[in-house]
Amino acid sequence: MSLRGTAAIIGVGSVKPERRMPDRSGIGVAAEAGIKAVRDAGLRREDIDGLITQMPGETPTALAEYLGLRPTWSHGVVMEGATGTTSVTLAAMALDAGLAKNVLVVIGGLAPGGDMPTEGGSRLREQFDAPFGPASGATGWYAMIANRYAYEYGLTDEQRASVAVQQRENAHGNPNAIFRGIPLTIEDVVTSRMISTPLRLLECVMPTGGAEAVLMTSADRARSGPQEPVYLLGSGMAVDHYTLGGASTLTTSPVAISARRAFEMAGLGPRDMDMVSLYDCYTITVLISLEDAGFVPKGEAGAFVESTDITYKGELPVNTHGGQLSYGQPMVAGGMSHVTESVLQMQGRAGERQVEKLDYCFVNG
Amino acid sequence: MGAAAVSEEYPFPLPTPGVITGPFWDGLREHRLLVQRCLTGGHLVHYPREFCPVCYSPDLEWEEMSGRGRVHAFTVVHRAVHPAFQQEKAPYVFALIRLDEGPILTSNVEGVALDEMRIEMPVEVYFDDVTEQVTLPKFRPVGG
Repeated sequence: MSLRGTAAIIGVGSVKPERRMPDRSGIGVAAEAGIKAVRDAGLRREDIDGLITQMPGETPTALAEYLGLRPTWSHGVVMEGATGTTSVTLAAMALDAGLAKNVLVVIGGLAPGGDMPTEGGSRLREQFDAPFGPASGATGWYAMIANRYAYEYGLTDEQRASVAVQQRENAHGNPNAIFRGIPLTIEDVVTSRMISTPLRLLECVMPTGGAEAVLMTSADRARSGPQEPVYLLGSGMAVDHYTLGGASTLTTSPVAISARRAFEMAGLGPRDMDMVSLYDCYTITVLISLEDAGFVPKGEAGAFVESTDITYKGELPVNTHGGQLSYGQPMVAGGMSHVTESVLQMQGRAGERQVEKLDYCFVNG
Repeated sequence: MGAAAVSEEYPFPLPTPGVITGPFWDGLREHRLLVQRCLTGGHLVHYPREFCPVCYSPDLEWEEMSGRGRVHAFTVVHRAVHPAFQQEKAPYVFALIRLDEGPILTSNVEGVALDEMRIEMPVEVYFDDVTEQVTLPKFRPVGG
């Protein structure tokens, strides 16, 4: 398959290079080039649904929020001198695949040293959040989300704990799970050490070493290997915010958009899924994702997990490897563990924790 | 969070203002809570930027806020990222404050018992001069 003739550049934006730009910020300079390109193309902010960027010290989410964008496809590219050309290629791929209609590519910032602040405390989160004492990891942010969710919809400590306890049941069937064989009760969770109200220690992931990988090939070659191919049928993405203060809402996550897009591409819906693997840095994350992905009506996830078997034996198996809460979170590979587990399950290679009937599964990160 | 600047007499992380964000911190030192207003579309912009994120206008001017708002969300932190917060402050309230004018700020709520904190509680700013150079905008219950 070729990208030849499949995409075009329709706008450009530049900021005149200067050795010193003492009255500018790096992210502001990048934003200016982006705005110019959007205008050059005759587009509006709302038309931009794809964003590729590399900026020294900042992330694609930071630029998206800075520019008031909520793209449904985004990527950071770190390819040294080839970053620009790589980004253009990636944009063409995204366009060809129908993942985005208008992709903004922005590479830039200030020169290192001189004008670019290298002292700690200058980046946006360090400047506007750190002085007030965030909790360890991302706990404080998810704790605020959990409190706000409880305020809007109602949610008990025991309902959140049910997620951790049921995922532990799954972990008992996974030889690779770090907490395999260690019993966990609701009582254990709701009496464990408080980290940041309402989230307690046993509702938070534990960082570990580890790695996860998959090998992918094209569909026409997929049948030549020894394993049963597991096909990607749909994919969706959504960027909503960088700082929690920039979130469009605290209690509905971008999963509401990314999941809908993935289901649309696949021509399938939540009811077609036989298994679900949801990113679980905290218990509250699983509850909100279950709702936003369409498996449970909004506001009902707490009652749902309390009254439903979500282990590998149940009616809606969730996080069958134990989730990161019981499998361990090997840093950024933690999210990838949901993918590897889903592949093993789909291939019938999940051993003791094998889900019985599996045609389709849903994974998020 | 990465390492933030820390002074010897004040062991907590301090902001390092940049050229665009500087006026926000300068205003606080004068006990004024400033937020950018976009002169093209009238939008309020926080954190400070070079462009309005709604209409992309670079014409922004600083405007003083009333300092009144509500608790948008909060948590009581028992395990902090930063060791000084852990040793000297925990447990404490870490919150998002929604100003009456609209913008949302990360801050602390003080002067309230931890178990009396409520979402949507009305609060007002007070200016905590933590060092000679830095004043932090913190909040307490209205009338508290």
